[in-house]
Amino acid sequence: MWTSLKTATWLGWQIESNWASPSLFALYSIVKPLTSAAILVVMFGMITQGNFASTAFSYLYVGNAFYMYVGAVMAGMAQAVVDDRERFRTLKSMYVAPVHIPMYLMGRGVARFLTTSLSVAITLAFGVLFLQLQLSLGDVRWGLLLAALVAGVALLAMMGLTLASIVLVIAHNSWLVGEAVAAALYLFCGAVFPLEVLPWWLRPVGYLMPVTYWLELVRRALVGRVADAYPTLAGVGDLQLLVLVAILTLVFAVVAAATFRRCDHLARERGLIDRTTNY
Amino acid sequence: MGSRSSGWRLFARTVMARAYPRLVMNVREKWWLVFDIVLPLVGVCAYVFVYRANGAHPDLIGFVILGGAMSAYWMNVLWAMGNQLFWEKETGNLALYIMAPNSMMAILLGMALGGMATTTLRAASILAIGSLLFGVRFDVSNAAMLFVVFALALVALYGMGMMFASMFLLFGREGWHLVSLAQEPVFLLSGTFFPVRNFNFWVAAGASIIPLTLALDAIRQLTSSSGAALGFLDVGTEVAVLAGLSVVFLIAARFLLAQLERLAIAEGRLTESRA
Repeated sequence: MWTSLKTATWLGWQIESNWASPSLFALYSIVKPLTSAAILVVMFGMITQGNFASTAFSYLYVGNAFYMYVGAVMAGMAQAVVDDRERFRTLKSMYVAPVHIPMYLMGRGVARFLTTSLSVAITLAFGVLFLQLQLSLGDVRWGLLLAALVAGVALLAMMGLTLASIVLVIAHNSWLVGEAVAAALYLFCGAVFPLEVLPWWLRPVGYLMPVTYWLELVRRALVGRVADAYPTLAGVGDLQLLVLVAILTLVFAVVAAATFRRCDHLARERGLIDRTTNY
Repeated sequence: MGSRSSGWRLFARTVMARAYPRLVMNVREKWWLVFDIVLPLVGVCAYVFVYRANGAHPDLIGFVILGGAMSAYWMNVLWAMGNQLFWEKETGNLALYIMAPNSMMAILLGMALGGMATTTLRAASILAIGSLLFGVRFDVSNAAMLFVVFALALVALYGMGMMFASMFLLFGREGWHLVSLAQEPVFLLSGTFFPVRNFNFWVAAGASIIPLTLALDAIRQLTSSSGAALGFLDVGTEVAVLAGLSVVFLIAARFLLAQLERLAIAEGRLTESRA
């Protein structure tokens, strides 16, 4: 299983990076996340007359930066199935080879995590250097941040495996499933605005999203007083939050295992592993 | 067998044949209701709530909804026009298109017309549902001018898309990533979710080469009470620029398409998948 994970991570990195020269890849890795963040920056700056030193901006900026992991890992794993099945036509070879498929898919997710880490770091650095983002390296709670990142990767990998399993058995719009879930989570998990802004009848949806707690954990680790400024999860301590994320990761691990088992069986039974649908 | 067509009849039949799949999919494949309406709406809602969380003027909510609706056209231009010939190459159809006796321009025009019709359905849905959800009212000050702006915007956008179709094919594997790269920067520079006037004049002027920029700005000026105050240029100037862009992009599309066909036939390197 470790070999599958390691090899898949290497493969995923190659796929993500070998389509262009290093300079073009670097440009892509910088421009795309920064312009995505810049949309929010311009919107915020316009309303608040450039008050980027505020806690509201830190909340929005940090949440948006780390949310990139959600789309990259979750959608990336689902997209890996589509790419391997439809574009590269190698999924059947993976199944024939002595590869642990769930670990292979998670390895592809880890590769996306690594490439996205570059984008997240650049986005945060830009915020600190040019936008008065209230983030100081000396105030970062590194232990909590590391624990949050490890828990987050595991959580997102389990969610991604669930999605990738579902993609194994669907034909139409399979390439949109990951993006759809990531887009829905963006609205409900308090990534760029506190859950209190949502209509009261939608707020419970946010509290059901595991990503909500993960982002709160990351904010507390990076810009602690920002998280203090919003009452959303004020009653939940850091350790409680970490334990909650860990429990949710375990829950999703069980869900992912069951979903993969079922979908893998269906895909093999119906001959879907080497199916090509032209998307 | 049907009668053989040539000249303008072949051109017209090709346009209709290529537009047909994009129109009939609305009936046969219903998932577009989720992926092409609900998903963009979710994104629009997120930006609306960002504005609300920070006490923005209510007119900006309408700007976001309009931007979200019009962004559907940009996504269609990028993925269903710009990247389309790349997908045709991947599936083996591109060589058939080039070998067939019809004009490639007719194929691109069919794609554009089908895409326009399909996306208009989606954009209208996003606009209607978004307006209902957030209680936004649009006060149209000049309906005729609004129609002119909208029509020119579509011609310019899809002319650009026809140009992209040939361009991105030449990039090979990089094309997909470059198309992906053209999403967020365009949404930023064209002021999809905020008035483009917030930028420096020259930045906004440079961004005006993207038809979405001036189209959105003009539409907002014509549909919002504060639109004129937040507009970049006056509507008349923006209409003139859009008309110019339409001509330029259509001519460029014709030229690039001719180059594409020449390369494909002379060098034989464009029509096979290199994935």
